[in-house]
Amino acid sequence: MLLIPCPYCGERAELEFRYGGEAHFRRPDNHLEASDESWANYLFMRKNPKGWHRERWMHIAGCKRWFYVVRHTVTHRIAAAYKVGDPWPDLPA
Amino acid sequence: MKRYSFVQLLRNAIGFGEGWQEAWRSPEPKPSYDVVIVGGGGHGLATAYYLAKLHGIRNVAVLEKGWLGGGNTGRNTTVVRSNYLWDESAAIYEHSLKLWESLSQDLNYNVMFSQRNLVMLAHTEHELNEASRRVHANRLNGIDAEIWSREKTLAFIPILNGSMDIRYPVMGASAQPRAGIARHDAVAWGFARGADALGVDIIQNCEVIGVRRDGTRIVGLDTTRGAIDAKKVAFVAAGHSSVLAALAGFRLPIESHPLQAMVSEPIKPVLDTVVMSGTVHAYVSQSDKGELVMGAGIDAFNSYAQRGSLPILEEIASAMIELFPIVSRLKILRSWGGIVDICPDASPIIGKTPVDGLFINCGWGTGGFKATPGSGWVLADTIANDRPHKLAEPFALERFSSGRLIDEHGAAAVAH
Ligand SMILES: Cc1cc2nc3c(=O)[nH]c(=O)nc-3n(C[C@H](O)[C@H](O)[C@H](O)COP(=O)(O)OP(=O)(O)OC[C@H]3O[C@@H](n4cnc5c(N)ncnc54)[C@H](O)[C@@H]3O)c2cc1C
Ligand SMILES: [Zn+2]
Repeated sequence: MLLIPCPYCGERAELEFRYGGEAHFRRPDNHLEASDESWANYLFMRKNPKGWHRERWMHIAGCKRWFYVVRHTVTHRIAAAYKVGDPWPDLPA
Repeated sequence: MKRYSFVQLLRNAIGFGEGWQEAWRSPEPKPSYDVVIVGGGGHGLATAYYLAKLHGIRNVAVLEKGWLGGGNTGRNTTVVRSNYLWDESAAIYEHSLKLWESLSQDLNYNVMFSQRNLVMLAHTEHELNEASRRVHANRLNGIDAEIWSREKTLAFIPILNGSMDIRYPVMGASAQPRAGIARHDAVAWGFARGADALGVDIIQNCEVIGVRRDGTRIVGLDTTRGAIDAKKVAFVAAGHSSVLAALAGFRLPIESHPLQAMVSEPIKPVLDTVVMSGTVHAYVSQSDKGELVMGAGIDAFNSYAQRGSLPILEEIASAMIELFPIVSRLKILRSWGGIVDICPDASPIIGKTPVDGLFINCGWGTGGFKATPGSGWVLADTIANDRPHKLAEPFALERFSSGRLIDEHGAAAVAH
């Protein structure tokens, strides 16, 4: 089980959280003119890296707030957690 | 290749098993091939087999980074069925089910396909309605499907909890009599042996680490066993599809997740069918060894680790005890995970890619074992003729920009 460091409440068990997938992708600007491809990119295409991943979690059984986590998709190690609007921490080497 | 037969069995028994030959060769990779398949799971091996058998393309290699069937093929719980909701899915899964019905004979290899019926329980009014919608859709597509009453369901599965005093009492079910289970390893080995006999090189311990292109065209691959030229390439790598796509310079609408399963200690036969419950959320069958084979849903987070979190196993166990109280004292023998390639509409991606000469077959997620022969069949045809097979056409990557998704989420119950 993952131990997830909520930036508001501290470390809690994975069971208290809801996963929100890849973080930081951006809705197309000018949505009326945006091409089908850019919508597909936004809605469906994912990096899905084998390695460090910036992802969204929500503390559903706690403060109920969304935040970001940097987690490794092979070791499951969590390197950082940060609030919406915070500067992005660097990915570990 | 010597055919397996009763006479062979007898002869080799007398010879203390010394006379058996290896089921496939282990050749060194050649510098170039007409077609290279990346991924030695069931789907990749089936593709190679049908390329050689039906299309006469035999200068083919299958590259596998580990061992044959060591990915999801050898980790899955082997439910085979075709009762999907939408026409496109029904067509490809039913094509596959028909191939399963004669696969052991075709491959001269016993894949132990056992059509033992599959019962999808309904625990609410809503689920009963959904089930009858799906059963009617299935029948219109020529697929055997039945709606069962509560009484019939309980009589068919004696160990099922029939109490009305539980949170989700059994209210009825849908069933597919021709559905069942098969032996997962045998499927990989049978296709490998068949493909090898037709000249296909099966190369294990060979990981693809780079894609070589000439402009928009793929011309070869870099591997841990050297460079290999190829006229055409197909990625059939399930959970690792995004990694390979990134090497080739494009993205996929796929996220990789752990999917776990577990088996109990072996017990006397108690269950002669496959049971699934979407609401209580578990599914189960009993293996020939007597183990109960159990599973449920994916772990929520992205992962390539082939292991998941404990809460999922606890959920499977508590759902099992709710459905089948007699299992409450059973010991769990082992649990494991595979990395499944989850697609937003719970349907596969089959066909061409943005790179010329490069084909892809992925996104089968939690339910692709049942599609193994059909998937290989349509991909082989697609590669040989450089255009999508009729059954593969709706599953093209373009559907994510055209918006023509094939949304099987609702229809898949526990999606296996
Ligand atoms: C626990 C579990 C239960 C399941 N239950 C069912 C079920 O009941 N019914 C059902 O229909 N489906 C089920 N599935 C899904 C099913 O297992 C898969 O959809 C199917 O087996 C995929 O087959 P494949 O050949 O595409 O993939 P795999 O068998 O995973 O083969 C892909 C291969 O590609 C190789 N590979 C990856 N990257 C590279 C590289 N760079 N170079 C070389 N080789 C590479 C991998 O090592 C792997 O062997 C289940 C899956 C799991 C994990
Ligand atoms: Zn919190």
